[in-house]
Order: sequence, then C-alpha cells, then structure tokens
Amino acid sequence: MGSIISEAALPWAALDSVAPKVCSFEDCGKDSVQLVGGKCASLGELINAGVRVPPGFALTTRGYAQFMREAGIQAEVAALLDGLDHEDMDKLEEASHAIREMIESRPLPIELEDLIAESYRKLSVRCYLPAVPVAVRSSATAEDLPGASFAGQQDTYLWIRGVDDVIHHVRRCISSLYTGRAIAYRMKMGFPHEQVAISVGIQKMANAYTAGVMFTVHPATGDRSVIVIDANFGFGESVVSGEVTPDNFVVNKITLDIIERTISTKEICHTVDLKTQKSIALPVPVERQNIQSITDDEIGELAWMAKKIEKHYGRPMDIEWAIDKNLPAGGNIFILQARPETIWSNRQKTTGAASSTSAMDYIVSSLLAGKRLS
Amino acid sequence: MKFPVPHDIKAKTIPGTEGWERMYPYQYQFVTDDPQRNQYEKDTFWFYDGLHYPEPLYPFDTIWDEAWYLALSQFNNRIFQVPPVRGVDHRIINGYVYISPVPVKDPAEIGARVPNFMERAGFYYKNWDELEAKWKVKMEATIAELEALEIPRLPDIEDLSVVTDGVGESKGYHLLKNYDDLINLGIKCWQYHFEFLNLGYAAYVFFMDFTQKLFPSIPMQRVTQMISGIDVIMYRPDDELKELAKKAVALEVDGIVAGHREWDDVRAALDGHRHGAEWLAAFEKARYPWFNISSGTGWFHTDRSWNDNLNIPLDGIQTYIGKLRAGVAIDRPMEAVRAERERITAEYRALIENDEDRKQFDELLGCAKTVFPYVENHLFYVEHWFHSVFWNKMREVAAIMKEHGMIADIEDIWYLRRDEIKQALWDVVTAWATGVTPRGTATWPPEIEWRKGVMQKFRDWNPPPAIGVAPEVIQEPFTIVLWGVTNNSLSDWAAVQDIGDPDSITELKGFAASPGTVEGPARVCRSAEDIRDLQEGEILVAPTTSPSWAPAFAKIKACVTDVGGVMSHAAIVCREYGMPAVVGTGVSTRVIRTGMTLRVDGSSGVISIITA
Repeated sequence: MGSIISEAALPWAALDSVAPKVCSFEDCGKDSVQLVGGKCASLGELINAGVRVPPGFALTTRGYAQFMREAGIQAEVAALLDGLDHEDMDKLEEASHAIREMIESRPLPIELEDLIAESYRKLSVRCYLPAVPVAVRSSATAEDLPGASFAGQQDTYLWIRGVDDVIHHVRRCISSLYTGRAIAYRMKMGFPHEQVAISVGIQKMANAYTAGVMFTVHPATGDRSVIVIDANFGFGESVVSGEVTPDNFVVNKITLDIIERTISTKEICHTVDLKTQKSIALPVPVERQNIQSITDDEIGELAWMAKKIEKHYGRPMDIEWAIDKNLPAGGNIFILQARPETIWSNRQKTTGAASSTSAMDYIVSSLLAGKRLS
Repeated sequence: MKFPVPHDIKAKTIPGTEGWERMYPYQYQFVTDDPQRNQYEKDTFWFYDGLHYPEPLYPFDTIWDEAWYLALSQFNNRIFQVPPVRGVDHRIINGYVYISPVPVKDPAEIGARVPNFMERAGFYYKNWDELEAKWKVKMEATIAELEALEIPRLPDIEDLSVVTDGVGESKGYHLLKNYDDLINLGIKCWQYHFEFLNLGYAAYVFFMDFTQKLFPSIPMQRVTQMISGIDVIMYRPDDELKELAKKAVALEVDGIVAGHREWDDVRAALDGHRHGAEWLAAFEKARYPWFNISSGTGWFHTDRSWNDNLNIPLDGIQTYIGKLRAGVAIDRPMEAVRAERERITAEYRALIENDEDRKQFDELLGCAKTVFPYVENHLFYVEHWFHSVFWNKMREVAAIMKEHGMIADIEDIWYLRRDEIKQALWDVVTAWATGVTPRGTATWPPEIEWRKGVMQKFRDWNPPPAIGVAPEVIQEPFTIVLWGVTNNSLSDWAAVQDIGDPDSITELKGFAASPGTVEGPARVCRSAEDIRDLQEGEILVAPTTSPSWAPAFAKIKACVTDVGGVMSHAAIVCREYGMPAVVGTGVSTRVIRTGMTLRVDGSSGVISIITA
C-alpha cells in the first residue's frame, strides 16, 4: 500500500497533523478515500494494481480544510446555511450561489498554491509538455457511501493548462460541494456540512489517439473467460455515449488472443480544440473509417491490464482506457477509470446443469436434450 | 431450413452415368417404387458426410461404409440403447454418402431405454481402462490374423503335399475361403472400432458442450487443449523417425541418410558404411508396426502407407537430421504442452462461479481424459495399421484376378463391389479347376472402363450438403460430432460450393484451430508424397493431414486444411508447435495455389489471399 495514511476509518479532521496537503496518485490507494476522495483513491488503487494511469496529484481533504480555515469563511458559510429548509430550493440556490462565489473568490493559502504549482510543474516535466493540459475534478469522500451517492454532483474541468487556471478550477471544484442539491441532500440525510470534505484531483489529460471501454465479462453472455473491448479513434466519449458503432474485439482472458474482431465504420471521433479547451466531434476521414482503430499489440496490452485489474479487485470490472498520442509506444496505454461491473455480477449464474454432478447423468440428460440445429 | 428432396436430386441423373446404382449395394438407393420407404426418405434429414468422404466412393471402398453402418448402429441401438436414437441410416447419390440418425419418437420408449443405457454405457465408462486393455488384445490378434492370411496363387498343378498329406482341399478353395476371411476380418475390425467410439465421443462432446455453456465464447481449441498432452500412440511413428534421425547422427551415417532422395539409393549406400547395417536394423524394426501409417485417413485404397513408399519416412528423417545439425530440438515439447494445459484448465476452472458447476466440470473433464486415448489410438489400429495391411492383401487378390484376365490392372479391382469380386473369384476358380476361360474376362474389363468414366463424372458433381427435412435437434453422438464440425459453417460451406470460379475468392473461412497470425507463401500438398517439395517457412495447404505428415510440421509456419475439426491431426500438432492453423475450410486446396501469399489467422479462422 503506497498510502501515507493507513487507518482508513479515521475521519478527515483527525488526519490533520500527519497527512499531506497535496499528494501524488502513486501515494493513494483504496484506504485513502478519507484523504483524497473516491476518485483519486481509485486511481491510486489502479496504480497499486500495476496498471498505468495518466499521472497526477490530489489536493487532499487536509489541504481543503486548510483552505476553508484560512479563507476565514467558515462562520459566514455556517450562517448562510443556518435555518434552511431542505425542500425550499429557491432559498437553497440563493445560499449556494453566495457560498460558491465566496469560495471561488478567495485566494488559496500561499503554501497550498506553492504545493500545487510545484506538483503541476513536475507533472509537466514528467509528461514532456510545457503546461501539460490536465483534468481538474472533484473527488468526494462520501461518494461511495451506500445510499448517499454524491457522484456526478461535483464538477470536472477538462483541458486546463497553466498554474493559474489550474488553481482557479481547483477552487471551483471545492465550491461544487455547495451546490443547492448537495446542500439539500446533506440536510435530508443529516450529514453535518462541516464534516463533509472534498479532495481535488489534477490529472494529465490523456490526449487519446484511440480510446474506449472494456469489460472483463462478456456484456451479452456473461462469459467470464473473455475481455470485450470497444474502441474508436479520439477520446472515449464517442464510445461511451454510443455516438458511433465502435470496433469490437473479444479477447480470450486466459490466453490473451483475439478471438473475435469486428471492424465498424466509424464516422466521427472526438478530439480537443486547444483554443476553446473543449472536446469537439470531427468527421473521421473516409479512408480511415474502416481501419482498425487499435493495433493488435495494443489490444493485447489492454487485455493484460484488464486481467490484472480484475484480479486486483477480485470481481468483473468495467474499464475506461485511452492510448495517448503524445507518448511513445510502450508507455502510452492508460487506464482512466475502473468500476465494478454490476449487471452480471449481481446475477447468480448457473448453467442449468442437473442437480446431479456425475458425468454419466450429464451425458444422458444431454443426449435426451439433443443438439439443436441452427 | 429447407433442403432439396433427395429423389429430385437423384432423378437428375448425370448424362452418361445411367445405371450407376449397380456400383453400390441396393439398400443405399433412394427409391420411388416403394411408397412407404419413399415417404420415410422424404421426411428424413440426410446430410452429406463430407468429413469422411471428400470424394465419391469407389465401389470396393464402400466396404468401410457398410462396416460402420452396421457397427455404429448396433452399438447405439442394440448393445447400449442410446435412449433417444437408434442407428444411423445411409444412402448414396452419385457416389457420395449421405447419412441420417434415426430417432426414437415415442417418449415412453425413450424412457424405457434410459435404464438400459445407464447400466450398459455406465459399465463401460466405469471399467473403461480394463475394457480398453482387452480391446487392445482383441485388436492385435485380429491384425495378426490378417497379416498371416495367405492369398494363394492358383497353380497349374497342386503341390504333391496336397496328396501326401491328404489335405483334401485345393488352392482354388483356399482363395475363395481366404478372400471371405479377409473381408470378415475387416468387418470384425470395424466391430471393435465402434465398441468404444460412440461412448468416447459422447463423453468428449458433452464435456465440450458443458464448457461452452459455462463460457459461451470459449474457442473449441481451448477446450481441446484441456485434454492435450496425453500420450497417444498416433504420435509414435513420428517419434520413430526422430529416433532414427538421432541414431543416424550418433552412428555417423547421417550424411548417407540425408544424401539421397530415393530410399533405394540410401539403402545401397549404407551397405558401404561400417554402421550402415546397425542403422538399417533399427529402421527395419521401426517399420513394424509403426510405418503402417497411412498417408491419408486410411479410409480409401488410395491412401498408401509409409511402408508402401519408404521415400516418405525417409524425407521425414532427413528433415529431422537437418534440424539436429542446426542444433534445433526435435522432441515434441510435451512438458510445455502439459504445463500450458494445466494453466489453462486452472484459469478457466477458477472462473466457474459455483461449486456445483465446478464439480460437474471436474467430472466431465475426468471422463473426457479417460476416453481420449481410445478416441485417438483406435485410428492407428484400425484406419492405419489394419487398413494398410488390408489394402495390400486386396492387391494380392487383384494380382490373381489380373493374372487370369479378369481385370487389366491391379488398381482396377476397386471398381468392383466386394460381392462382385467374390463372384468373379468363383468364375476364376471354377474356370481354373475346369481348364476353361472365365466368363468375366470378357465382361469385367469393359464394365470397369465404363465405371471409370462414371467415377470421373461423379467427381465433377458437387453434392448438396444436406437434403430432406431438417429436424430441430440431433441426438446421436456421432452425428453431433460430425455435425459439430460441419454445422457452424454449413451455410458458408454451401455458398462456396456454388462459386464457379475459384480465382474470384480472396478469403476463406474455417475452424480456428490453433491461434496466431502469420503471412507467407502457400504450398499445396495433395498427398504425403508432395511434402517433399515443402520449403522452410511455407504455409502448408492440404486436403487433410495425418500423423504420417508429421515431419512436414517441422518446416512450415502455418497449416490450412480442407477437412477436419479442432481435434484433427493438423489442429493438434499446430497447437503443440505454437503455429496458426485453420482447418475444415472445405475448399482451400481448390482455391489456393502454390506460391500465393497468404495470411492465416488461426484465432479467428480466416485465411486471406494477399497476392496471387
């Protein structure tokens, strides 16, 4: 475990004296949710699993606490929230607006700013890029609490470049803890606002040449002996959103050879417009539309990573991946996210074999059933 | 699925073949003059057994079809009582064999058969190893009888000993009797052939079936890999060649052995070497029985054995000598094969999600491993060893017929049915005894000429893959295995049959038999003799391969066959060598020509013709 914090159960406030304020993903893991939130912790856990994720670092909940403390706004925030009714959305939005503006207008403590700037500089050097474009996203500590899903309530900002912009968006992420809905939700569930904490992840944008998703169980049949990979040129958005029919590969999990291969006509792909810092959809040139969007070697490496991830988590997984065009082959395949697969995992699978397990009984019942002609 | 009516197909007689029916037993004909039988034939699903019969049957070679028609059906229906199915019925159209499993339709009857099957088949599964050991003794005794069987020539005057010993029988009588014995030994050998085979197939096919239920995407090759690395004697002949290569190097006769293309030249040259005799003795020892290995499936008289053409094993020995000199290991990597088998089995097993399924998997895998050696080994005893000796005994019969003017050439005998040969032999011996000319000397030669023409026309005809009415399910184990190898590609296969111009095809599909992708030049080898032309690094394209082709695999980088499933010889050997194979393509030797550049993808089963 690379985590600095080993006692995961500690509430964030208790970490104050020992925990770092900024830490690299390599130092995160499944036990550091309280420090770096669910998203960053799972990225750290993927690194522990031995797979490559785009490098980055987190402003920890301890850093967040320092900011809130030194910004001197805690009393004001408490006052704004006092006596609110969680069903009165208008009032909640009003308070949210005021709190978020407050948070976004306060400077970070110098110490935090230096830590972030230094980490960002190191990240740029590591990626061989001046002012490496990063994703800045909030990583909530309560994300994984059963019945208290905050996922999606916090913000993600993509293609952010330069220290100033990074810091600006870090603050915006922090303020997302105080959206009207988040406030209402906490009130309803009885979580004290002051005990909620957030971490912010700053991660290199994978400048994907090709990207997609993969499953360590066959989504259609539940077959656990395969890894199914969907791929398209550009960012994974086109695959995740279903905008294109991606190339599809079925890889044998045991031997890692490709057993099925479907090359589709891929008409669009997503790439970044660096001026607007936005992902844009572009038409794929006709001559490339029917070309396989990923090499066989890359498929093999992805499948190998998927197998490792599944083994690490001990369950079928649903994984987002990208191949970065800025980095050389051999070091350019990245795992962006890995979640437990839910559909097949929740289904108790039996083959419908008879209650008896003797070979003879199976042979007889199979003979009686016969082989269907197709 | 809708298929043509058999009688409509048969009604369209190929011009010039009218009367072909007399070349085969009458019960093989689709009929129109018997309403009841006609209706049964129309309501039944018949499919072309292209796996065993890629070519039209010679009248004599029909013997093995009749032999398995009987043996398979009796074991299913009268001995083990497979519950839902009786036997497998046979028909012939234009020389091609169509088969159909006969179901038991009444559920009550099926139910009544279940306990019989459980008891009888259960006994075999339970006592498999012991019964198999008995089988081996019976089989070897049958082969010994065959080898000892004398096909006597007819003397002008019988030996004096016939008189002095009071024998009381003539060579004419012995010829008739021993011909009968020869045929009967063949039929007996095929009785034994099926003693274990259907039960073996059932264990095997339902293990595959269960594994595919657990893992719908599992490639068949991975299932078969779980049963790989078990010692079977089908590899022994090739191992003998390797030993002879090593011995040649050790005795320093490798220069001589590798120095001539013709066996006779090697043999002559060995006489001049001080260790020549020692190596020759080892060679002779290996020949019996191991060179009784057919260069084809052994099902047809055209399949000759290594003993029939010693240039074939010589070429293999030369290949291995070359490898040894180059410092390449030639032994089969059995340890690696077993280690990979264990790894793959354990990984799949670990993915099984509940204990009950895991237990079932273990049981079925254990059963499949038990039956596996028989499923492989019977081939050596029956199709290779017995058949190779048998065909040559038949050639001895043919030589006598030729001597008496009944046929123009020894190889003409295959155009006669075995009962016609019996008749002809009566004709010969009575005429010999009497001192007159056999009647057949005037009738058989023109009939044989006509039959040769008919056979040629049959070869040019494409048999439809299936005829009649398809049932929803097939319950006969042997047919399931056969069907398993033809079913998936039935429609592709039917489509290719229709393609008139082989040059227009740029992609072929078959069974993904051994993973990996390579590109390289094609070498089409239609028979084991052709493998002498193989160059290092070529892709072998063959109708099918058998263990007698084994040395070829040391040279090639991929293999493609017309016929065979994932358990075929080519598939198994390629997996061991770790080279791609695509098998059961149906037509690759018709479409691919030597020198074309191919891409063979053994994981997906696709062969692309890159440059013609």
